[in-house]
Amino acid sequence: MAKEVTTGSVLVEDFDRVLSGWLKVQASENVKRTDLVSAKESEKQSRDLLAALADVAPEAATADGFDLSDAQWAPVREALEEIAENRTERGVSAAEMGWFIASLKQPFFEILHEELGETSAELMREIWSATRIVDQVALYAIETLVQKREAIIERQRGEMTEVSAPVVKIWDRIVTVPLIGTLDSFRAQTVMENLLDAIVQWEAEIAIIDITGVSTVDTLVAQHLLKTASAVRLMGSECVICGISPKIAQTVVNLGVDLPNITTRVDLQSGLAYAFRRIGVAAGER
Amino acid sequence: MEDGRTAVTLASAQDVAYAREAAKRAMTEIGASTVRRTKFVTAVSEIARNAVIYGRGGRIVFEIREQGGVRSVVAECSDRGPGIADVAMALTDGYSTGKGLGRGLGGAKRLVDRFEIRSSETTGTVVILESRAR
Ligand SMILES: Nc1ncnc2c1ncn2[C@@H]1O[C@H](COP(=O)(O)OP(=O)(O)OP(=O)(O)O)[C@@H](O)[C@H]1O
Ligand SMILES: [Mg+2]
Repeated sequence: MAKEVTTGSVLVEDFDRVLSGWLKVQASENVKRTDLVSAKESEKQSRDLLAALADVAPEAATADGFDLSDAQWAPVREALEEIAENRTERGVSAAEMGWFIASLKQPFFEILHEELGETSAELMREIWSATRIVDQVALYAIETLVQKREAIIERQRGEMTEVSAPVVKIWDRIVTVPLIGTLDSFRAQTVMENLLDAIVQWEAEIAIIDITGVSTVDTLVAQHLLKTASAVRLMGSECVICGISPKIAQTVVNLGVDLPNITTRVDLQSGLAYAFRRIGVAAGER
Repeated sequence: MEDGRTAVTLASAQDVAYAREAAKRAMTEIGASTVRRTKFVTAVSEIARNAVIYGRGGRIVFEIREQGGVRSVVAECSDRGPGIADVAMALTDGYSTGKGLGRGLGGAKRLVDRFEIRSSETTGTVVILESRAR
């Protein structure tokens, strides 16, 4: 390897591959909403957003705990504003907006996997960094869409209750699903079904549920996690829940909810390290 | 929240999320730490959902107060439901007449600084939650 491969370098050097990969996932995941947004529009929006990311992310995303509201992210925010504006007018829901952005993970992971396949420690680090970027962008996109919509009808904020959760294969036998939003509506059931389907389809041994994007873990969410974990276990796989922040941990303890027999990790990176170890890929959990 | 008061009508599951948003905004406004905010929002989520599921819907009102230089948020959730026959029992962890974990009421009580509940067959259920900024 002549040069270090990172999420940032992939964005710049494999721009076209990322873009075409993303458009392909959009089509297959049914996130394109061709009924609402034309394929041409979608392609332009995807290209503009990626271009803004390629400009900004390699520099700006290196700092720990970067914040999309920082000045240097302005081009990305502008691209997102434009997309949100357009999609609000067309009646795209917050969940669909989340899917649209989150589906960008798949091409990233594929390319990173291809380029870094033999060196899983680096791969893990870059998967983590790609995830952080895409999740932040997805959250910002959802918030922007909801705000724009709020201006139209105040009550549309209720849309936030739809959870956006594309299942992504991260490695052989490992799938991951990030939950973004909340789980009040019936979608919670869909998330579980998608995950179980993905486990079968990809013969996954480990399913990582990343709840970093879930702001409230109440009894309903806890119950949903418990149910999902036991369904995953019944299928002979193992469930890892990651993204439990200290404030959520304290709250769950106060609630009196127990998550017995469920492996939990503080963030996706340590969740992945655990998963790699379980399937026998040397990565080392620190 | 110009006058320090917000009301959210609770009729559906989606309204619970809306109540959480309002709770979050109020706690942010008084400058509460994220831990305190998260706890309060979670308690509101439990009580609001109970009102929707068991109380045939209702209303939750948020108010910002100040006492001795410390600000707090008070949430009063009232419903038009059948009331709770045995409040002590309902507060017991693990007790549920529905499909829940039975930890909502007891959990909410542990998550806030002040918890009050009044319930009767004729007036429905009223739950008051209060959390200070610090
Ligand atoms: N607003 C209400 N009106 C009538 N009955 C209520 C109300 N709130 C709670 N209850 C009763 O009290 C019981 C306990 O409530 P609690 O919130 O602790 O548990 P749950 O809602 O059953 O489960 P969980 O909240 O853990 O998902 C409920 O099962 C219900 O019978
Ligand atoms: Mg409850």
